[in-house]
Amino acid sequence: MDLAIKDLGEYIASALPQDITSTGLVLDELVIHARAPGIVKVVTFLRDDVNCQFKQLMDLCGVDYPEDEQRLEVVYNLLSLTHNNRVRIKVRTDEETPIPSVTGVYSAAIWYEREAWDLLGVFFSDHPDLRRIMTDYGFEGHPLRKDFPLTGHVELRYDDEKKRVVYEPVKLTQDFRSFDFLSPWEGMDRVLPGDEKAEEAPENGGDEADG
Amino acid sequence: MKLMAENQIKNYTLNFGPQHPAAHGVLRMILEMDGEVIDRADPHVGLLHRGTEKLIEYKSYLQAVPYFDRLDYVSPQNQEHAFALATEKLLGIEVPERGQYVRVLFAEIGRCLNHIFNITAFAMDIGAMTPMLYGVEQRELLMEFCERVSGARMHMAYFRPGGVSQDLPAGLADDIYAWCDQAGPFLDDIETLLTDNRIFKQRAVDIGRVSAEQAFDWGFSGPNLRASGVPWDLRKSRPYDVYDQLNFQIATGKNGDCYDRYLVRIFEFRESVKLMRQCLDKMPEGPIKSTDSRVAPPSRGDMKQSMESLINHFKLYTEGYHVPAGETYTAVEAPKGEFAVYLISDGTNKPYRCKIRAPGFAHLQGIDMMSRGHMLADIVANLGSLDIVFGEVDR
Repeated sequence: MDLAIKDLGEYIASALPQDITSTGLVLDELVIHARAPGIVKVVTFLRDDVNCQFKQLMDLCGVDYPEDEQRLEVVYNLLSLTHNNRVRIKVRTDEETPIPSVTGVYSAAIWYEREAWDLLGVFFSDHPDLRRIMTDYGFEGHPLRKDFPLTGHVELRYDDEKKRVVYEPVKLTQDFRSFDFLSPWEGMDRVLPGDEKAEEAPENGGDEADG
Repeated sequence: MKLMAENQIKNYTLNFGPQHPAAHGVLRMILEMDGEVIDRADPHVGLLHRGTEKLIEYKSYLQAVPYFDRLDYVSPQNQEHAFALATEKLLGIEVPERGQYVRVLFAEIGRCLNHIFNITAFAMDIGAMTPMLYGVEQRELLMEFCERVSGARMHMAYFRPGGVSQDLPAGLADDIYAWCDQAGPFLDDIETLLTDNRIFKQRAVDIGRVSAEQAFDWGFSGPNLRASGVPWDLRKSRPYDVYDQLNFQIATGKNGDCYDRYLVRIFEFRESVKLMRQCLDKMPEGPIKSTDSRVAPPSRGDMKQSMESLINHFKLYTEGYHVPAGETYTAVEAPKGEFAVYLISDGTNKPYRCKIRAPGFAHLQGIDMMSRGHMLADIVANLGSLDIVFGEVDR
């Protein structure tokens, strides 16, 4: 039985009412918000249920929303070859609370969770091997967090006297420049979230000339 | 007998790479060896980590395009394709038909570039030098096409949100057609060197077998998944651009070993050449990029004549366009597998988050599963047949 993508969302939500907070479509892609403690149950159901068959974990990544209390979001992108469907599951956590690892369900999650831990500091419980993966041996911090500076904290160079590579605090010859691109001259008729200047301007829809 | 018992061989840890010619770049692998048999392989990646995802968060959407060339630098345009499609989906714009055909044409050139390189490098990894020498010549011809259309041999920045940057120059279509005519015989030559070669088969057949279940579990995609007998190709199952109007076939393997992965790529190369021909035959006249002036820059001629066009051009190349808030996971069938971009926009001119799903990352993770119980020399064959490029694994 093939379910349309919207019905599939409702079907999944009705099957796991305790673990799923909401489902919905974003640009025709099915998104499921789940509670972190039940994530293993959710992905196991999605993998094994006959209407879901999401046998592949294609991607797992973290997203940082520093203004929220539960600032870290983990996003699982699953693929079903049988039904040619994709689903995206999202769970939220804060910096301390671990998320149960899904490595027992998908072996591919081992490296993806290591990456999310390394780059965003999402802690996964029951992970067999939660080491850093992308950053340098002995690296400190989680670089994809929004409060981590783009230039980083340390740089390294070869020291000719010590005959080895040394780590030093980053010295910038020019201050890091960041420009405010959100100009009030926007000609688009769409609302621009985050652009407080746009709200003051009077409503003039359709003024999307080639300005 | 007593002497034998005392001299038991201890497990031996071997450091493979990071500067090893068969490591395909900067891979460091810690191998736990039982004699010459691999007990465990622990790849250490990240030596080429450049923080691409972090950098993209600080760049406008157009400035993010060249970073995608530098991921898998063997087939740069296919990565740009994923980013362009993702951004177009968020923007809600359509690419004109000619633009879509040009993109598919160059995406298939990218697939040929990749498969030539992988087939020949794999052969070189397991001892055959000659195919590489011939393969590089063909790659050079293809990269010349890329240069003529975009100005750069490899890092093209050619597929942009809204279409491609410029139209094909005069005569290029004829030259690509001529290349297609000699691509078949070239591949026949490579096949006579490899496909039935006794040494090649001894090194590849039954090495690194991956069952379909294992391939699912480890997130395999692309030729590596098809070699395990799964007929799955995003160009067929989720066609993007004009792939649904083109006629091509996909190959699957039976055993999922190194030899099958090689054969699948050989087949895909021939299909890519077929696709290139079809694109050239069917390509209509018309614009090659979106005519929506909020995204696409005005023509050079307009800029010389009209002040508004000049301002529009200036705004697009300084501030860039604002992408409506939303998110998408958009995948393309890159030559190495499913290459996807998970793009989150918060409505500004820069992506809020841009996660890059590189096929090589998942494939390299599987090397431990594939190589356990194999000999040391086989890990080189496994690595070569998985088609790993560290630009995309490390990002």
